[in-house]
Amino acid sequence: MPELVTTTKVNTLPKTNDFVIKFANVNGSGSASANNMFAKAIFRMGIPVSPHNIFPSNIQGLPTWYEVRVSDNNYLGRREGVDLMVAMNEQTIESDINSVVSGGFALYDSSKPLSDTLIRNDIHYLPIPLKDICLAEFEKPSQRQLFKNIVYVGALAAFINIDFKVLTDMVSDQFRGKEKLILPNIHALELGHQYASENFKCPLPLTLEKRNLTLDKILMDGNTAIGLGCVYGGATVASWYPLTPSTSVVDAFDKYCKRLRRDPGSGKNKFSVVQAEDELAAIGMAIGAGWNGARAFTASSGPGVSLMQEFLGLAYFSEVPVVLFDIQRVGPSTGMPTRTQQGDLLTCAYASHGDTKQILLFPSTPKECFEFAADSFDIADRLQTPVIVLSDLELGMNEQICDHLDWNDQRRYDRGKVLNEEQLSEIENYGRYQDVDGDGIPYRTYPGTHANKGSYFTRGSSHDANAAYTENGDTYAEIMDRISLKFKTALDYIPKPEISSSNTHKRGLIYLGTTTSAIQETLDKLQKKGISLDTMRLKAFPFHDCVREFINDHELVYVIEQNRDAQLKSLLKIECNANEEQMFSILSYNGVLITAQQIEQTILDSLSPSEGTEEASA
Amino acid sequence: MSYIRKPKFQHPDLQTNDLGFTRRDYEGTLTTLCGGCGHDSISAAIIQAAAEMSLEPHRVAKISGIGCSSKIPSYFLSKSHGFNSVHGRMPSVATGANLANKNLHYVGISGDGDSASIGLGQFCHIVRRRINMLYIVANNGTYGLTKGQLSATADLGSKTKAGDESLYDNIDMATLAIELGASFVARSFSGDKQQLIPLIQAGLTHKGFAFIDVVSPCVTFNNTDFSTHGYKNTWENYVSLGQIDFVPMRKEITTSYAAGKDKEITLHDGSVIHLHKAGKDYDPSNKENAIHHINTHKKNGEIATGLLYINQSTSDFHELQDTVDKSFNELSFHDLCPGNEALQDINHTFK
Repeated sequence: MPELVTTTKVNTLPKTNDFVIKFANVNGSGSASANNMFAKAIFRMGIPVSPHNIFPSNIQGLPTWYEVRVSDNNYLGRREGVDLMVAMNEQTIESDINSVVSGGFALYDSSKPLSDTLIRNDIHYLPIPLKDICLAEFEKPSQRQLFKNIVYVGALAAFINIDFKVLTDMVSDQFRGKEKLILPNIHALELGHQYASENFKCPLPLTLEKRNLTLDKILMDGNTAIGLGCVYGGATVASWYPLTPSTSVVDAFDKYCKRLRRDPGSGKNKFSVVQAEDELAAIGMAIGAGWNGARAFTASSGPGVSLMQEFLGLAYFSEVPVVLFDIQRVGPSTGMPTRTQQGDLLTCAYASHGDTKQILLFPSTPKECFEFAADSFDIADRLQTPVIVLSDLELGMNEQICDHLDWNDQRRYDRGKVLNEEQLSEIENYGRYQDVDGDGIPYRTYPGTHANKGSYFTRGSSHDANAAYTENGDTYAEIMDRISLKFKTALDYIPKPEISSSNTHKRGLIYLGTTTSAIQETLDKLQKKGISLDTMRLKAFPFHDCVREFINDHELVYVIEQNRDAQLKSLLKIECNANEEQMFSILSYNGVLITAQQIEQTILDSLSPSEGTEEASA
Repeated sequence: MSYIRKPKFQHPDLQTNDLGFTRRDYEGTLTTLCGGCGHDSISAAIIQAAAEMSLEPHRVAKISGIGCSSKIPSYFLSKSHGFNSVHGRMPSVATGANLANKNLHYVGISGDGDSASIGLGQFCHIVRRRINMLYIVANNGTYGLTKGQLSATADLGSKTKAGDESLYDNIDMATLAIELGASFVARSFSGDKQQLIPLIQAGLTHKGFAFIDVVSPCVTFNNTDFSTHGYKNTWENYVSLGQIDFVPMRKEITTSYAAGKDKEITLHDGSVIHLHKAGKDYDPSNKENAIHHINTHKKNGEIATGLLYINQSTSDFHELQDTVDKSFNELSFHDLCPGNEALQDINHTFK
């Protein structure tokens, strides 16, 4: 019987529903579905859980990690340090074992002895002969490989007290219709569970206790939520070019359209998904469709967004609604295609040459991905301009706990100022770019509406209020000023920032998107040290006046963002005329989600020793 | 001449078509192109083609890229919506527009720089996707708006006014279109209205992707004796498949053609193309033959024109995408939004 390999006595404090388990695997080895099952089982036990996939830009053979944080406090961001490492990858095993916190655990495949250099005297080892078990129990080579993953999930169930019935129910759900696969999977789970129970003292001091904290929650990734939001928002045209990490947006749209958007009578499609030849064509098609009155979108990431710049300027200047989902990844250039970053803020805010500005939305949860996706079509139609929804790989491709998605059946689409045949007949002098209402938003018409009224020529060259070509500088300037006015009107239609209720402290935090996942934890940590901060989460660009006021109301605001160049801080300087001295950057750009520890530490370092108590009394 | 407003006066005796429109109702703004530019003849041919076949102007969408050629949509059908997009990207904009409303006529106007250089990729892919539209390339072998650089359709050895010689083989848009699956491919000459007008009418009527490569000389930068895209060379080496007539569906009853004297091609709506003389013995339904025909004449320094290829049995993009009959831009909220009940069911799949 294998012994726990420990050279000295390790002091392990018991942890319940508050730890990090990390899986180190080789990609393409079938680990993903087993690891997902592990995380979802914890979710189904009612315990808040947040899985984070850290994967390579590769199909088979490179290292991949799956990090699962369990937190009764609902801290869903990443936490540094690993309590239990499932070390399945020989390429990375040394650094994986080194990342385990003192007193933590390392599970490994003991079919082969562990090298002496990998023995630490301050952690526990959980050797399980996964390969040998699978060789003995399964015949097919593919099963012998795949079931190693299921066996370790079964062992973990014994180690940390996962409700075994939750696991077997999940297997049954997963393979509904493929009954032949259910029994061998359950058998593999049992093998792991049995081996762990017989050879180790189970459970470990890391244990799960059932809760009911996820009852009214769902576990969904942001890209799926966006795809679904596009269905609910009335999009009919999705033109796209495959690009990690945006691909699953269109996959989800396609999947739900096939389910929900087929005409029941004819079986024909009330949608079209076009895989374009490149991102230029992808946005070109969406703009063509938007011009002609269909709701259209494209989804991409940094490299694709760079290619779309010229078209974004055309849509801005000729005032055509279109929606672009930018699921940001690490740049510049190809960068790290499978890692996360908030690095496209500036390039999107002013996308295209000349004086341009774009509407940006910043969702921070899958629920917001759904809502902002649906809203973005209303906003684009209302303002007749592109709307860029800035998500990122972390939000897009990782499952996250969020509230149920809801749709108000009383809601109707806002198609903006579009004149129909009857309205056109009543208008004497229609001009496409006339500011009739004084809000900077002109009236548009769809091609084919009226036999002899309302036609106009859409162009990216300068034009007058009646859409006629002009090289008159004053006329050009009038149009540009009117578009500026339109962007002031935009503030009535885009979501306002979320500001903490007690806005009374000397210092504040400004953040957006996936940084949100670390904020509550940061505030709680700082609170314990006597430091209180106000917070403002940005949801959209251009900024409302309250953003400038928030900065002015505080001695110092920490601007937290996940890029090197403090792009959000630059935007705040440009758009809110904010003082450099009033803003303090907290930056993270290593490709993985920023943590509460990083933020807390930077804030603590920025304070003089006396300031902590001073803040507390403020 | 763009500062001159076009007079609205109409001669009372101007002929009206079936819709009660005169030719003037199909015109656009005054041209700003150089006097004698081939492109103006193309505008005129489109105007006459549309007027004769009683096309409803507002049911046409005109889309172009950038360049002299892409200005053309301003000069015809001012009652139609137009979209002058970005350089080389007209095909994607036209594709999106077509997706949004399958029930309009789409006319894409491009040039050789726009479609054979910067936009060659998009050109290839719109052909592959079989968008139901008429795509015209006004082909002059040169970049007019930037003052006379050689384009990718300039023939090997052809010389511009500045004396620049084309050192590379040309891209032949017609053979490319045939190879990539266009179902209607023609070549014509801006100077041959008799041929160009019925081709435009047939292309507008054809269901699927119709392409016409129109040799359209640039009088300012590429009309020398040494240019293969100039008037002189085109007239001298012009090989036509003979006279062609287009008879719209509703006219058929009143027009009579002597039996056996020509070849007839009946289009999907009942309109008929009549091919006379040389065209009578040419088989436009054969892809390989069409490419061979073009290449054989090219070897002799000749330009093969006429309806080179037609295939009426392919599906267009909407058929391939299996879209509903109603155009997307007419689908209502109730057609599009699945409602909260369906969403709650979806929530349960994420538990």
